[in-house]
Amino acid sequence: MERSVESRDDQRRQTAVCFKAFLLKKSTKTNLNLYDHLVRLLIRVMNERPENAVDVIEDLSHEVKRSMLQEKQSTLKDAPDATSAELLAEQQRALFSRGDEGAHDEIETPLPNVTELTYFLEQIGVGLGREEMQRILLALKQLVDMQPLERCRFWGKILGIEGNYIVAEVEVRDGEDEEEEEVETMHAKEKEGEAQEEDELDPFPKSSFKPPTTIPKEPRRSGTNKFTYFVCREPGLPWVRLPDVTPAQITVARKIRKLFTGRLDAPIVSYPPFPGNEANYLRAQIARISAGTQVSPLGFYQFREEEGEEEEEGARDSVEENPDFEGMPMQEMAESLSAWVHHIQHILLQGRCAWVNLAEKTEDLLEEDMDEEEKEEEPDEPEPEVGPPLLTPLSEDAEVNNTIPWSTRISSNLISQYAIAFVRSNLWPGAYAYVCGKKFENIYIGWGLKFLGEGFNPALPPSPQPEYPSGPEITEEIDPSVQEEEALREAQEEKEAALEGNDALEAEDEEEEEEGEEDDEEN
Amino acid sequence: MDASSLFSSLDLVCGNGLSLSSEQRAALQTSMIILKSHYRFNRVLLWGKILGIKHDYFIAQGVGEDEIKDKKCLYSMNCMDWHLLPQVTEAMVANVAAVAKGRFLGDPSHQYDPAEIRRQGGGDAAVGENVMMKVSEENRLAATVFTIDKEVAVVPRGAYIRSPHGNVQTNPSFQGLNPTEAAKLNNYMHFSEAKTLKKKSILEMADLNPAIDFLDVLSDDVLKGSWSLQFEHGSKVCVIRSLLWFGLTFYHVPGTSQHGYIYMGDGLKTLDLPFML
Repeated sequence: MERSVESRDDQRRQTAVCFKAFLLKKSTKTNLNLYDHLVRLLIRVMNERPENAVDVIEDLSHEVKRSMLQEKQSTLKDAPDATSAELLAEQQRALFSRGDEGAHDEIETPLPNVTELTYFLEQIGVGLGREEMQRILLALKQLVDMQPLERCRFWGKILGIEGNYIVAEVEVRDGEDEEEEEVETMHAKEKEGEAQEEDELDPFPKSSFKPPTTIPKEPRRSGTNKFTYFVCREPGLPWVRLPDVTPAQITVARKIRKLFTGRLDAPIVSYPPFPGNEANYLRAQIARISAGTQVSPLGFYQFREEEGEEEEEGARDSVEENPDFEGMPMQEMAESLSAWVHHIQHILLQGRCAWVNLAEKTEDLLEEDMDEEEKEEEPDEPEPEVGPPLLTPLSEDAEVNNTIPWSTRISSNLISQYAIAFVRSNLWPGAYAYVCGKKFENIYIGWGLKFLGEGFNPALPPSPQPEYPSGPEITEEIDPSVQEEEALREAQEEKEAALEGNDALEAEDEEEEEEGEEDDEEN
Repeated sequence: MDASSLFSSLDLVCGNGLSLSSEQRAALQTSMIILKSHYRFNRVLLWGKILGIKHDYFIAQGVGEDEIKDKKCLYSMNCMDWHLLPQVTEAMVANVAAVAKGRFLGDPSHQYDPAEIRRQGGGDAAVGENVMMKVSEENRLAATVFTIDKEVAVVPRGAYIRSPHGNVQTNPSFQGLNPTEAAKLNNYMHFSEAKTLKKKSILEMADLNPAIDFLDVLSDDVLKGSWSLQFEHGSKVCVIRSLLWFGLTFYHVPGTSQHGYIYMGDGLKTLDLPFML
């Protein structure tokens, strides 16, 4: 018996050895063997003890194999290219460096208190996250240090497809920003000069088309160009100043509906064609959003009292802070829209805040070339456009497609004595304003598009101009049938026959007359 | 977005400006635990927030055995009391699309009356001919959540696996996409029943792994360019925003298994998108 047991053990051992030899057989493809692989796999399971190990054993096995491959790679590796994260981190590093502190301590900086803004925005469920806001604050500090600014405010953020814009609203100190404008006008003049030279060399036929007079741009510090805007894509990247907005850009921006791409030099492909690139479009949308959604609690601002008291009320276009403002009770702010007022001027249909009479302009032009043309009829004096005056309460805003323009909210329903009131714009989704005691702030974070309430109807191109007057000689007619042709020929023959008869008679008369004349001559 | 990781990940998706206030966060933390135990869900997700004119809706989703099919949606006005949304049928979605227009009001019992639209529209007589029922805002909410989930719910490739039984489950060995993969739209998938997958050619199918490639890929969407993929938070977090449904934000931290999506918006589809690109 013992022998047979021993022999059986031997046999088993033999089989096991054979099987182990099989497991140790190396794959011809990968030069691995199953035995080592299982050992590694089980070691890994023992080390990691994953839950439900049996379910993930295939994945583990995959990973073990993959890690082997990595080890086999050569130690001579290419230095990896710097990732975008590293590049950005390098650029943002400058934000966190402490500048020379002493020099700036005494001067009152226009740097906004973004930390406080973050705190209040967090209460009303809006914000970009604390770290991001901190980075924005640092970026604003950089802007304030670099540019001579009078005032600076974090306006908001506009989202784009490839990148976003962080927008700062600033007022440049007096006398510091005129140079650029002059340079621009110089450029314009140079261009005109070049154009004229070309004309002299090779005159083209002149078009009789006269473009409609362009509405003049509003000067800096007034109307739509009251503030200057700087944008940057990420905190730490350079700030770019946006060009001033023209009325034409605003009127076209109202007709189109485009998303931002995130590149300031991207062209705007649209109909009606937008005059400018994305930077101009961004500026136009910022102007529209500001005009529509910058609100403050009633009484925070008052009209600036100037010497010209006789001015009409509608002409008042500037406000100043009311030093006696005491703050409004929170409940009132949260319940009624009439406690909130607009403090930025409404943009008229013309694309300007202050209406300009274009008819006067055209007259001046006409006088210049009076000799060439007869003076046209006096154009009717156009009705001046009047928008709602400044400090109009929100309750008077127009509804769009049965949507009330503003929603009022309160930040907390549980503890209302410490809550803050805020309003949310329904026309410009993403625009908010909050008030807490005497403090208020506006912010816009969104795609820069207005809520329409219905499908967007793009403007149609004008109908093509007729080339020539349409008459019977150029309109197509149905070919006549055989019968009709026959009838026509018969009718014509009859007519001819009648005419011939007449002709014969006339000829006879003429002969008689001639004869008579001859007789006279003879006499 | 998973309720357990909500409070670390909320900062990553608030790039479009909307977030939750401290009070709401605190309330959600409490109520979602209760929700999970009451309804016996495996997981609870915060789906998002739909802004109404008077009040906002908060939407949560409970997940059972199957991650795609076994889902229940709940809504709340105050982040505390949750109500189950009605089951959505195709007919209901069609009816809601025809009847309910404009912004959400914030009153679940509000009735959208088709007669009113007919009166306003005037010219839309053909639409008015169809038999349309009144739609309550609660039904509209359910249909909207269903449609958004169907059209723009996003997951990274490999985050979910389909077992041989057909159940869809989270993939425990998902370790995230690497940064190069994360920059490509074809590594993200629609988290809903696949529609275009079956139409693929055999050559394309050859590369796919049936366990993880059982969903449609974002880059195959018919309207090209309806997604905005960016790296935010110092280029560390991949954020995808849907342009078709403004407000849907997806985040994924490359190299980790953290991912999720949340909808915070007014619940309106961007029908004008073709003009806007």
